Amino acid sequence: MITALEVTPAWYLVLGAVLFSIGAFGLLIRRNPLVMFMCVELMLNAVTLTFVTFSRMLEDTGGQSIVVFVLVVAAAEVVVGLAIIVALLRKRPDATADDVALLEG
Amino acid sequence: MSVELFVFVVAGGACLAGAIGVVASTHPVHAALSLVGTLFGIAVLFVAQEANFLAAVQVIVYAGAIVVLFLFVIMLLGVDRADDLEVEPLIGQRVAAAIVSLGILALTFGAIASTGYEATGAVVGFDEDVPDINRLGESLFTTYLFAFEITSILLVIAIAGAVLMARHSRRSDEIVDPGQEERAEEIAERMEAAERRAHPELAIGNGHRRGDGEGADAGDAESEPEEVGR
Repeated sequence: MITALEVTPAWYLVLGAVLFSIGAFGLLIRRNPLVMFMCVELMLNAVTLTFVTFSRMLEDTGGQSIVVFVLVVAAAEVVVGLAIIVALLRKRPDATADDVALLEG
Repeated sequence: MSVELFVFVVAGGACLAGAIGVVASTHPVHAALSLVGTLFGIAVLFVAQEANFLAAVQVIVYAGAIVVLFLFVIMLLGVDRADDLEVEPLIGQRVAAAIVSLGILALTFGAIASTGYEATGAVVGFDEDVPDINRLGESLFTTYLFAFEITSILLVIAIAGAVLMARHSRRSDEIVDPGQEERAEEIAERMEAAERRAHPELAIGNGHRRGDGEGADAGDAESEPEEVGR
């Protein structure tokens, strides 16, 4: 039994950093606009985890309040982004990120 | 093994597995379901850090609303085809993406390590006896009241924008699609061939009628069900 191993807040920060980079990697390599959006959600979640961790480390509720605002912005972003994707995919069902220039004008 | 370590390993593992699933799954539906795994893992980690209200909100808003919205879009638009991840459309894109994301990772690790794994800044300190939801409510409705009110405007704008963009409008016909004429021609040809097979005696008459301006329009109208059926 490992009893000496204690979970410090830094573990959560490291996990958040790893999640953020996985999300960034996915955002850069995927070409399906829907999956790219999911990767953005992944990055936002990594950041909220970091905020909650700092909130606990500093015993400051401000970190948790910021998470509420991040949630609201994420919801608004998903609604508008998915509306754009719907408009795009209705025109071209096989559209990738390269075809977003189609919406121009 | 302490309880907190066990919770961290299980929830963190779920987060990482889900994140890799989102990036690596070829099918958008599988990616959305992997995203749920990550979101639940993060909700558990919120509980482990005494942010119970945020954990509940995380599950309700993310897993309950945002992922469902993703699934609705995937299924309603019929784009649930698997992507081919073998081909790399831009040469060197993956290598560059790996370098950039590893750079981000190194930067954040460096930032965490440089402070000796401790938060720098004043510890505010809160009353442990007050539940986290009370403290959060007090913070939102006093310190962050103005920002809180602004988010309501943001949400109204988002709803209006979504309705405006997702609405079927006549003007969408005017959007120029580079591949449209090519496809319309191909479909018209295929329709003609099929008609000729079905009615060999009318072949000459059909071919003549398709020749004039109406042919392109008819082909265009047929293109919609063709795409959906694929």
